[in-house]
Amino acid sequence: MSTGPALPADGGTTVLGAGDVARALTRIAHEIVERSKGADDVVLLGIQTRGVPLARRLAERLAQIEPGFDPEAATGELDVTMYRDDLHRHPTRAVGVTRLPDAGITGRTVVLVDDVLFSGRTIRAALDALGDLGRPRAVRLACLVDRGHRELPIRPDFVGKNLPTAQAERVRVLLTEVDGGPDAVVIAGRDAPDDAAGGAR
Amino acid sequence: MRHLLSTADLSKDEAVLLLDTAAQMAATQSREIKKLPTLRGRTVVNLFFEDSTRTRISFETAAKRLSADVINFSAKGSSVSKGESLKDTALTLHAMGADAVVVRHWASGAAYQLANAGWLDAAVLNAGDGTHQHPTQALLDAYTIRRHLAARSDRLPDGAVDGVGADLAGLKVAIVGDVLHSRVARANVALLHTLGAQVTLVAPPTLVPVGVGVWPCEVSYDLDATLDGWRPDAVMMLRVQRERMSGGAGAFFPSTLEYTRYYGLDARRLALLDDHAIVLHPGPMNRGLEISAEAADSERAVIVEQVANGVAVRMAALYLLMAGEDSAEGNDL
Repeated sequence: MSTGPALPADGGTTVLGAGDVARALTRIAHEIVERSKGADDVVLLGIQTRGVPLARRLAERLAQIEPGFDPEAATGELDVTMYRDDLHRHPTRAVGVTRLPDAGITGRTVVLVDDVLFSGRTIRAALDALGDLGRPRAVRLACLVDRGHRELPIRPDFVGKNLPTAQAERVRVLLTEVDGGPDAVVIAGRDAPDDAAGGAR
Repeated sequence: MRHLLSTADLSKDEAVLLLDTAAQMAATQSREIKKLPTLRGRTVVNLFFEDSTRTRISFETAAKRLSADVINFSAKGSSVSKGESLKDTALTLHAMGADAVVVRHWASGAAYQLANAGWLDAAVLNAGDGTHQHPTQALLDAYTIRRHLAARSDRLPDGAVDGVGADLAGLKVAIVGDVLHSRVARANVALLHTLGAQVTLVAPPTLVPVGVGVWPCEVSYDLDATLDGWRPDAVMMLRVQRERMSGGAGAFFPSTLEYTRYYGLDARRLALLDDHAIVLHPGPMNRGLEISAEAADSERAVIVEQVANGVAVRMAALYLLMAGEDSAEGNDL
């Protein structure tokens, strides 16, 4: 899930630093192994854009925990653009890459990985997309930040950080692979209620 | 972009976006479930005033794969054969709530008229108008060329799969045959130029249109010299459109045999091409006239693949024109 328009000039408040992000991912990786009783049939699917590098990082950690886990063969990326329910309310979005592991997802435990969980609509679209791609044994959801304000009955299985926010605030996850600089989670718009329109996601 | 009327209207970024979107659409077409819910509840009308098999089926397949409802309207057996005008047909479609109209018409400019006369508020996709333009055909040709040859282009982005993100800079394309009657050639010259490729038209002087001097391409009358000396990366053979040659074939060249000798692609000319070169044909082919069976069935020919790519390109065009918000002004595309 993208996190909306570019940051305002003030840059916002950093709530998680690079160290916090790394520790959260390590904990999530352990929880995934614990929950699945190993990592044999786990597939990590990152949701475009920032879920993709997060899924890769989780896969590396899983490989450290479970030496038999092959990160290459168990990671993929999922673009949900064509399954969104709000396409008609935004300018046309570019369609991204969907790439599954060669062995597919049927019969395996799919962990969807996203950066920020907000309304839940992206995950709804992702579940529809998964239905067209195969029949996983189970689908779980991992997100780095859960900021609340769900509009659908969707809940994460693995959360990096629960972050209470106001609807109008904007939460951005910055990752080295995508954004260049150090990893960070930033909240913007806290002191600018006029900015409400920007908080759509 | 609100309509897709002519490749001359496309900027390079728009053209590359269309090709990149087509690449993602093509990826979905190798799945077991090929249908996407993207255009559910929207209506696409195929309005065909001229015979067409592959373009109409291709558009119909593309719309259905995106879950749109498709209404096929062909001039034969409709009120058009009773004398209904294009305007009244358009008003009927408007009343039925069409979200997009795919139009093929024998008159050049019909698609433009439909899009700009204020009869309709639907997106208009030109599926061939007279001897003017056929943008989706040119886009699928460019997509096919890029898929095979982008690795030879000068500016391939790192790690690109099937040339996604690339243009066609530095590639050489020869377009051979009946350029005069060909909307495919006109659409391709504009698009390939926009994407940075060099184009040479090869045709007998009688089949080169007046005013070709201002087109962004070279013109040659000698196929052997072009293949041997210029060394094109892709050769696009055009159909000799005998139905548009009022006086029969004799009006533009002395005999079909002579045309084949000078401008037909046969095994000998195929052997002149570089190893990486590909052969395209928009179909339907006149086997034995502009292309021999050996050339059409050779490993270099990507003619069948062009048809498959046509569905992906048309899905991309329908998606980019229809999926966004209604007030499409200010769209990314």
